[in-house]
Amino acid sequence: MHASSVAEIFERGGSGGAGNGRPLGGGEGSRNPGVPQRTYVTGMILALGGILMFFMALVSAWVVRKGFPNSDWQPIELPRILWLNTVILIASSFTLARSRRSLIVGRDEDSRHWWGVTTILGLFFLAGQLLAWRQMIATGLFLATNPSSSFFYVFTSAHGLHIFAGIAALLTIAVRPPRRLTRETVTRIVALYWHFLCALWLLILGLLWFGK
Amino acid sequence: MSSKPRIAHAATHTQNNFLRRFVFSTDHKIIGLQYFFLAFAAVTIGTILSLLIRFHLVWPAAHLPFVAGGIMTPEQYLALVTMHGTIMVFFVLTTAPQSAFGNYFLPLQIGAPDMAFPRLNMLSFWLTLLAFLVMLSAFLVPGGAPISGWTAYPPLSGLGEITGPGEGMGQSLWVASVLIFCVASLLGSINFISTTIDMRAPGMTLTRMPLTVWAWFVTAILSLLAFAVLLAGGILLVLDRVAGTSFFLPAGLVVSGEVQTHDGGSPLLWQHLFWFFGHPEVYIAILPGMGVVSHILANFSRKPVFGYRAMAFAICAIGFLGFLVWGHHMFVSGMNPYSGLTFSLLTVSIGVPSAVKTFNWLGTLWGGRIQFHSPMLFAIGFVSFFVTGGLSGIFLAQPAVDTELHATYYVVAHFHIVMGVAAIFGIFAATYYWFPKMFGQRMSEPLAKLHFWVTFVGVYCIFMPMHFVGIAGGIRRYADSTGATYLAALEPLHRFMTIAAFITAAAQLIFFYNLFRSLKSGERGVENPWLATTLEWTTASPPPADNFAGCFPSVYRGPYEYSVPGAAQDFLPQHLAPEKLPSGGEERNHAR
Repeated sequence: MHASSVAEIFERGGSGGAGNGRPLGGGEGSRNPGVPQRTYVTGMILALGGILMFFMALVSAWVVRKGFPNSDWQPIELPRILWLNTVILIASSFTLARSRRSLIVGRDEDSRHWWGVTTILGLFFLAGQLLAWRQMIATGLFLATNPSSSFFYVFTSAHGLHIFAGIAALLTIAVRPPRRLTRETVTRIVALYWHFLCALWLLILGLLWFGK
Repeated sequence: MSSKPRIAHAATHTQNNFLRRFVFSTDHKIIGLQYFFLAFAAVTIGTILSLLIRFHLVWPAAHLPFVAGGIMTPEQYLALVTMHGTIMVFFVLTTAPQSAFGNYFLPLQIGAPDMAFPRLNMLSFWLTLLAFLVMLSAFLVPGGAPISGWTAYPPLSGLGEITGPGEGMGQSLWVASVLIFCVASLLGSINFISTTIDMRAPGMTLTRMPLTVWAWFVTAILSLLAFAVLLAGGILLVLDRVAGTSFFLPAGLVVSGEVQTHDGGSPLLWQHLFWFFGHPEVYIAILPGMGVVSHILANFSRKPVFGYRAMAFAICAIGFLGFLVWGHHMFVSGMNPYSGLTFSLLTVSIGVPSAVKTFNWLGTLWGGRIQFHSPMLFAIGFVSFFVTGGLSGIFLAQPAVDTELHATYYVVAHFHIVMGVAAIFGIFAATYYWFPKMFGQRMSEPLAKLHFWVTFVGVYCIFMPMHFVGIAGGIRRYADSTGATYLAALEPLHRFMTIAAFITAAAQLIFFYNLFRSLKSGERGVENPWLATTLEWTTASPPPADNFAGCFPSVYRGPYEYSVPGAAQDFLPQHLAPEKLPSGGEERNHAR
C-alpha cells in the first residue's frame, strides 16, 4: 500500500497539497481541478495520431521505393499463416469490445473473462507473426534480401511491437489497475488502442497483399 | 478508498526528499527549469563549436593545441559543422522555447495545477537528456563525431566508416540520439496538446488563451506529426547502416575504390522524409518565439494585441502551410519543374500569415505607451530578425534563384537570422520577462540592455556580410576557402564576421553573469513587476507546488486587456471578476 501511495503522489507532482488530487472532472472556482478523465482519452487519441503518422511515413517510403523506374523490387509470396493471424486479431477486437460492453452494463466477471480472452488472442497473434517470419526465413527471404522483404519485416515488426505493448498494458491493468483512471476510462483507451492496431494491421496487410 | 491520510503522509515524504523534488520531479515547473538548463549547456557547447568553425574559416592553418595533429583536417571541420547544427537545432531551438518555457508557463497561463500527464512529462525530459549525452558521446568514440551535417544525407550517412572517420560509431550514436529525441518530443507533444485541450481553467476559452499558449499548442501539434516521420526515417537509416537493407542507398555505389553491395535505394527518399520533418521543425523553433513576442509587445506597449484572432489564426496557418513546403529544400535535387513551382508557390504563400503577424506586431506598437524594458528590446529585435531573415527567404523560395544560391553562405545567413537568432532572441525575451516569476528575483536591467545592444549589432555584423559572401559564390561546408582565388577575395569579409562572432559570443558572458548573479543575489521582485494581465502573475513567485496554492482562478476576459477605456487601472487581470475590479472598472470587451 505504501509504495502505491508514493506512486500516486509521484503522478501528481506533489500538487495534491490542498488535500485532493482526485480526478474531479470539470472543477469550479478555487479547488484543485485535478485531471479530468476525458484527458486520458484525449492523450490516447493524440498518441494514435502520432502512431498513424509514423506508419504513414513508412507507407510513403514504401510507395516511393516500389515505384522507381527500373526498380529492383521483387514481389514476395506472403506466408499463409498471416490470414489466420488476421482472423485472430479481428476476433480479439471483438472480444475486447465484448469486455467493454460487459463492464458498462455492470457484468464485472464477464468483463474480466473477455479481457483475458483478448490477451490470449493477442499473444496468439504475436506467436503467429513469429511463425510467419520463420516461414519467410525458410524460403530464403531475409531483411536485406529485397526491398519487398525489407518492408515486410519493417511493417510487421513495427506493428508487432505496438501489439506487444498492448498486451503488456492488458496484463498490467488486469493485475494492478491504475489508480487515477476509472475502469471505464482504462477500458475505453485500451479499446481505442487495440481497435486502432487491428485496423492498422488490415491496412498493412492490404498494402503487402495488393501491392506486392 | 481512504486516500487522504496516505496523501498527507507521502506529501511530507516528498518535501523531505531533495532528489524527488528537484531531480526526479514531476512538477512541470521543475521540469521546465531542467529543460532550460539543459538548453543552456547545449547552447554553450554549440556556440564554442561555432567559434571554432569561424576561427578555422579565417585561419585554416593555425595550430590548435586540442586538435590531434595540430592542424584541423577537413573531416574535423565537418564534424564541428555537423555537431554545431545538430546540437543547436535539437537541444537548443527545440528544447528551450517549447519544452522549457512551454512546460513552465503553459499550465500557469491556463490556470492548471500541472501538465495533464506529469510522469510522462518527466520521462520526456530524461529521454531528452539521454539523447543529449548520447549525442555528445559521439565526440569521444574512435573516429569522432559524424561529418554528414545535421541533415545526415545518405549515402554519406548510410555506409559506415568507409565514407569518413566519423561515419562509423559517431554516426551511429548520432542516429541513436536523434531517435531517442524523437520519442521524447512525441511524448512531450501529447502532453502539451492534452493539457491545452482539457486542463484550462473555467472561462479560459480558446479565444481567451494568451498567444503564447496558442503558439505552444500549435507547435506541439507540429511536433507530434513531424517527429513521428523523422522517427520512421531514422529507423530505416539505421537498418541501412547495420542490417544491409537498401532504402536510401543506390546500386553500384563506389566508395574509396570499393563497390558497395547495396541495391536500388534512393538518397532522395531520405531527403523527402527528412525535410517533411525538417521544415515543420523550423516552425517548431520559431512559433513559440512569435507567441512570446506578441505577448511582450502588448505588455510593454500597454495595448491589446492588434488583431488577436488574426494572430491566432496566423499561427495555425503557418503551422499548416509548414507541412506543405518541404520540397523547397530540394530544388536542386532534380525534381520536376512543376513540383518545384508548386513548392515555390506554397512557400511564398507562407509570406501571407507571416506578414499578418509582422503587421500586427507593428500595429500593437503603434500609438502605444512603449516601455523599453529588456524583454521589450529583445522582442523588437526578434521582429527585426524575423523580417530580415524572412525577406531573404522569399528570394530563396524561387527555384531559379535557389539554383544559384543553394549551398552557399546566403542560405546559411538566411536560416541563421530567421530561425537561429530570431528564436534565440525569443528565448532571451522570455528569460528576461519571466525570470522574476521563475526565481522571485529580478535581473539587472542595465546589464540586460548592454547584452541586447552588443548582441543585436553583433548578429547583424556576423550575418549581413554573409549574404554577400553567398551571392559571390562562397560555398558552405568548405573547410578551407583560401585556396581558390575567387573565394580568397572574400577573406576580408570572413575575417570581419569571425571577429564579430567572437565579440557577440563574449557579450553572452554578460547574460550568463547577469543570470547567475541574479539567481544568487538578485533584487527581490514584486509579484507582478510588468503589470501584466495573464494568470501566471496572479500567484506567488516562484509559484507553489500546485501553482495556485489551492485557490484556482476562473477567467473573465481576454489576455490583453491593457488601457481599457474607463477602467481605473491600465490593465485588467484575466482572473478578476467584473464586480471585484477597482471602482470605475467599466469593461469594454467583456464578451470577448
